[in-house]
Amino acid sequence: MKIYPIKTLERLRGAIVPASVIAVWQALSSQGYINPQILPAPTAVVARWLDYLRPMEAYNAAGSGFMAWLFSGELVRDAYSSLYRVVAGFLIGAGLALPLGLLMGANDKFYKLCDPLVQVLRPIPPIAYIPLAILWFGLGNPPAVFLISIGAFFPVLLNTISGVRNVDGIYIRAARNLGAGQATLFVRVILPAATPYILTGARIGIGTAFIVVIVSEMIAVNNGLGFRILEAREFLWSDKIIAGMFTIGLLGLGIDTGINSLNRYLLKWHRGMDH
Amino acid sequence: MDAQIQVRNASKVFSSNGSEITALQDINLDIHSGQFVCLLGPSGCGKSTLLNAIAGFSPPSSGTVKVDGKVVQSPGADRGMVFQEYALFPWMTVGENVGFGLEIKKTPKARIKEKVDMLLSKLRLQDFRDRFPKDLSGGMQQRVAIARVLALDSPILLMDEPFGALDSLTRRNLQDELLRVWTEYGKTIIFVTHSIEESVYLADRTIVMTYRPGTIKKDFSITLPRQRDPAAPEFNELKKELAGLVIEEQRRYNQSDTWAHALN
Ligand SMILES: Nc1ncnc2c1ncn2[C@@H]1O[C@H](COP(=O)(O)OP(=O)(O)OP(=O)(O)O)[C@@H](O)[C@H]1O
Ligand SMILES: [Mg+2]
Repeated sequence: MKIYPIKTLERLRGAIVPASVIAVWQALSSQGYINPQILPAPTAVVARWLDYLRPMEAYNAAGSGFMAWLFSGELVRDAYSSLYRVVAGFLIGAGLALPLGLLMGANDKFYKLCDPLVQVLRPIPPIAYIPLAILWFGLGNPPAVFLISIGAFFPVLLNTISGVRNVDGIYIRAARNLGAGQATLFVRVILPAATPYILTGARIGIGTAFIVVIVSEMIAVNNGLGFRILEAREFLWSDKIIAGMFTIGLLGLGIDTGINSLNRYLLKWHRGMDH
Repeated sequence: MDAQIQVRNASKVFSSNGSEITALQDINLDIHSGQFVCLLGPSGCGKSTLLNAIAGFSPPSSGTVKVDGKVVQSPGADRGMVFQEYALFPWMTVGENVGFGLEIKKTPKARIKEKVDMLLSKLRLQDFRDRFPKDLSGGMQQRVAIARVLALDSPILLMDEPFGALDSLTRRNLQDELLRVWTEYGKTIIFVTHSIEESVYLADRTIVMTYRPGTIKKDFSITLPRQRDPAAPEFNELKKELAGLVIEEQRRYNQSDTWAHALN
């Protein structure tokens, strides 16, 4: 008997449920039980996805190069636009939230000053800012990036604050006993101790950013994955809608994997991080 | 010669939820350079409070603590502290933990490395320099914590039940290690424990504290020659004598209202 490595077996087991779902779906579709207008067959979705991925023009050796051509498909460009907005919005939102959160966490007076405003603004879902975003920024990338940065801002802010405020007093006492001044204490003790919280915030923040990008693309811009699935609906291309959704899922999975490995790298000292 | 550590009429009152707890009352204590002093007493009698006052984490409500003639107002690297919970920085490797005090003092990198290596091999940790604390057993973590304060070259070591969480074999090992370090570097050590055995094994002088309010019940010199033998009759004589004193306080602790509350 051949012995497979455990990893391979685990992956195979992980494929059982998705494969059966797709098989049932395909069977129902090809037997004609489902109206393809409502739910197209998996094969149709895959065909549409490949079509969506394919470069729009034939390869022209005199053009701008093979790679540029390869990535000139509509899907790649949409994914790139969406990803660009997520990253830009996240960097702005998290980039503002991190220093503010560190300050609010470390300084009680400043915390008391800012906390009421934060508490009032925090429950407003980023989507509720859409009218204001369009009023302020018009159409195109700016309102989308604005909305995404709001989505990323609050999770990072709140987690950073609680990370700093929850630093175990024993570390602070130990550092002060070793002679650490305020600056050293902050950089070498409080910041690393708060890192697990900050990364949790970043993770939630990027998740929110990803939700907001799809919504804002349905409103403010004319490219990106969110725009594309809404556009497909107007033509009743349900296969393209699903192909787009599938791409959104893949992109989200990719981002999550990236954040996970960043987590593992930054928290290699952390208990319960060895797996 | 003036004592290195002078505690004068030190009292500490904590108020929580409207009620006041006198953790320390009118403590007077002189500790000379190079002494190994144990603070002994039941849980809650104020041992940590006294140690924290000397360390400068939490000054007494009244009275003073002086070290080398100067009133203690804040923590300082001249009084290295070893905590019961080890308090290693989990995000720093063993080597970085040990070198952190030197790094704060802006010691040159090469010198830090040299000293860290020396201390780690002294405490038999040289193979763990690049590991994180989570990979170490409790006894090893406590050795790192000891190496970390030794790196400071502080003349005074304050230790708050440092071996309390360890099994008895590891504990004896570390006690011997500590005694070696103490003899070699000639440090003043104030060592909190609630083990009578431990205090007889380690101390030149054991101070038994009373429970609520925390005062000094008895200041006990232990002159047994070192290396002490816990099986020797003199050792056990002393243990019995100290046990009598501690048990009186333990009874008061058992009868105290905290205890009654805990049972309700
Ligand atoms: N920050 C605080 N606020 C209020 N009460 C406190 C505080 N710290 C200590 N106490 C009280 O002071 C008393 C002495 O506490 P301390 O921690 O010094 O005891 P201990 O002798 O070190 O006990 P243990 O052996 O359990 O560590 C206790 O009754 C405790 O309840
Ligand atoms: Mg204590």
